[in-house]
Amino acid sequence: MQRSKQSTKMLDDPDFRELMRRKNAVSLALTLIMLVMYFGFIMLIAYYKPFMGIKIYGAIPIGIPIAMGVIVFSWVLTGIYVMWANSNYDSLVKKVIAKVEI
Amino acid sequence: MQETIIGQTNPLAMLFFFLFVAATLGITYWAAKRTRTTSEFYTAGRSITGFQNGLALAGDYMSAASFLGIAGLVALKGYDGLIYSVGFLVGWPIVMFLIAEPLRNLGKYTFADVVAYRLKQRQIRSAAALGSIITVILYLIAQMVGAGTLIKLLFGLSYEVAIVSVGVLMILYVLFGGMLATTWVQIIKAVLLIGGATILVFFIMLKMGFSYGDLFGQAAKMYGDKILEPGGLFTNPIDTISLGLALMFGTAGLPHILMRFYTVPDAKEARKSVFYATGFIGYFYILTVTIGLGAAVLVGQSAIAGIDKGGNMAAPLLAEALGGHVFLGFLSAVAFATILAVVAGLTLAGASALSHDLYMGVIRRGVSNEKEEMKVAKAATLSLGVTAILLGLLFKGQNVAFMVGLAFAIAASANFPALLMSIVWKKFTTNGALASIYTGLILSVVLIVLSPTVWVDIFKNPTALFPLKNPGIISFPAAFLIGIVVSLLLPEKAAEEKFIDEKIRSYVGIGAE
Repeated sequence: MQRSKQSTKMLDDPDFRELMRRKNAVSLALTLIMLVMYFGFIMLIAYYKPFMGIKIYGAIPIGIPIAMGVIVFSWVLTGIYVMWANSNYDSLVKKVIAKVEI
Repeated sequence: MQETIIGQTNPLAMLFFFLFVAATLGITYWAAKRTRTTSEFYTAGRSITGFQNGLALAGDYMSAASFLGIAGLVALKGYDGLIYSVGFLVGWPIVMFLIAEPLRNLGKYTFADVVAYRLKQRQIRSAAALGSIITVILYLIAQMVGAGTLIKLLFGLSYEVAIVSVGVLMILYVLFGGMLATTWVQIIKAVLLIGGATILVFFIMLKMGFSYGDLFGQAAKMYGDKILEPGGLFTNPIDTISLGLALMFGTAGLPHILMRFYTVPDAKEARKSVFYATGFIGYFYILTVTIGLGAAVLVGQSAIAGIDKGGNMAAPLLAEALGGHVFLGFLSAVAFATILAVVAGLTLAGASALSHDLYMGVIRRGVSNEKEEMKVAKAATLSLGVTAILLGLLFKGQNVAFMVGLAFAIAASANFPALLMSIVWKKFTTNGALASIYTGLILSVVLIVLSPTVWVDIFKNPTALFPLKNPGIISFPAAFLIGIVVSLLLPEKAAEEKFIDEKIRSYVGIGAE
C-alpha cells in the first residue's frame, strides 16, 4: 500500500490542510451568498410584491434591476471564485504536489 | 394584425438549415477520424479548452424551450417569465463552487464514476445510471415533442418528418463523431443562438431609440404596470421555493452537463468553463427578456397568442416583423440547430450511462476491452436515438411540459445529493447512497404524478393529492436526510478508509485521468 502511506503523510501536511481549509471556506461562503441571494429574491416575489412594483426610472419598477442583478451577480461570483482559485488555490496545489514528488 | 408566413413552408429557413446541417455533417466526418478510443468517444480525448467547453455547456443548456419559451412567457406574462430565466441561471455558480473541480479530478466518463469511487461499484453504478437515464429520457421526450411542434410551425414540415429528421441527425453526430462532433455542434449552435438573439435585440433597440426606458414605458402603456411586476404565475411561496430548489440543484445534477467536465484537460479548465458558460447563459437570458418584452410591444400579445397559446412564436414573429423573411428564416434555422445540439448532448450522456456504467460497470464488472466497450457505446447510442424517435412519435400532442420540471427534480434529488455527499462526507456508505438515490427518484416521480401538473392537468382529477407543482422542497432534503441516516446506522469501514485517497485526488488532482 505504497499510495496509502504517501496519502496519510500528505493528509498531515500543514500545506495540504491549509489548502483544504481555504477551499472549503471559499466554496461554502460563495454557496451561502448564492443561496441567500436567490432565495431572498424568491421571498421578495412571494411576500413583497408591492415593493417589487415601486418605480425607479420612468415605467421601470425596482423588480427589474433586482432580477437582472441576480443574474449578473451570479456570474460575478463565478468570476470571483476563478480569480481566487487561479491566484491562490493553484499555487498551494503546486506546492503540495511538489512535496510529494520529491 | 401582422401578416406572417409562420406555419407555411419557408424556403429561406430550409436553406439556412441545410447550410447548418452540411457544416455539422462535415465536422462529424472530421471528428469521426479522431474518434477511435472510448476516451475520444466520451470525452473528445479531453482536448477541449475551458473557453470552448464554456460555449458548449451553454449550447447544451440553452434549449429551444428556454429561447422560444421564455421569450414567449415574458411576452405574455411579463415579469413572471423573467423569474424563470433567473431560476435557470442560478444553478451554475453551485456547479462551480461544489461540483466542477472534484468531478473532474475524481471521475473518468460519468458522474457515477465519482459516486462509486470508494463505494461498491455495481450497486452504485446501477442506481446512478438509472437516475441518469431517467433524467435523460424525460428531457429527451420534452425536447423531441417540442421539436416536432416548433418545426411544424417554423418550417411547415409535418410533426413526424420533424421528429425523424431530428432523431436521424443526432444519431449521426453522436454515433460517428462522438463527443468531439457533439461539442462542435454545441459551440456552433451557441454562437448562432447568442448572435441571433443579439441581432434581434439590436433591431428592437433601434426601434426604441436605444432606450430601455422607452421599451418598458411602451409595454406599461399597452398592458398596464402589472406586466412589469411579479404576478399570478408564482402565487404560492412554498411552490416557488420548491421549483427554485429543483432548478438550482437540478442544474448541478444533469448528466449531460456533468459529462462535459470530462472533456477538458484538468480541474483548472473545468472551473474556467463554468465561468464562461455562466456569462454566456446569463447574457442570453437577459437578451431573451428584452426579446419577450419587445415582442409584446412590437408584435402584440394577441397576435402572439393567436398563433401559439404558449407564446412560443413570440421571438420568430418579432424577427419577421423587424428583419423580414430572411431574418425569420435565419432564426428558425437557429431554433432547429438549438434542438439538435441539445438532443445530441442528451443522447451521448444517456449512452455513456448505458454502456460505461451499466454494461461495463455492472454486467462486465469492469473487465472488458476497449474494442468491446466502443461497440457497446455505439449500440447504446443507436438504441437510445431510436427510442427517442419512437417516444417523440408516441407522445405527439401530449402535454409534456411537466417532464422538464420532473427531470430537474430528479437531477436535484436523486443525482445531486449522492454526488455531493460522496465527494465531501467521509462516513457516506454504499447503502446510504442507494437509499438517497432511490428516495430522491421515487419521491420525485410519485409526488409529480400526484401534483396539480399531472393529477389535475393530465388525469383530469378535480383536486391534486399533493399540493405543490414541483416536489423539490420534499424530495431534495429527504434524499440528503435518508442518505445521512442510513450511512450512520450502517457504517462501511472500507469506504471510510478509502476516503483519504479520494480527498487528496479531489483537492489536488493527483491521479486524475
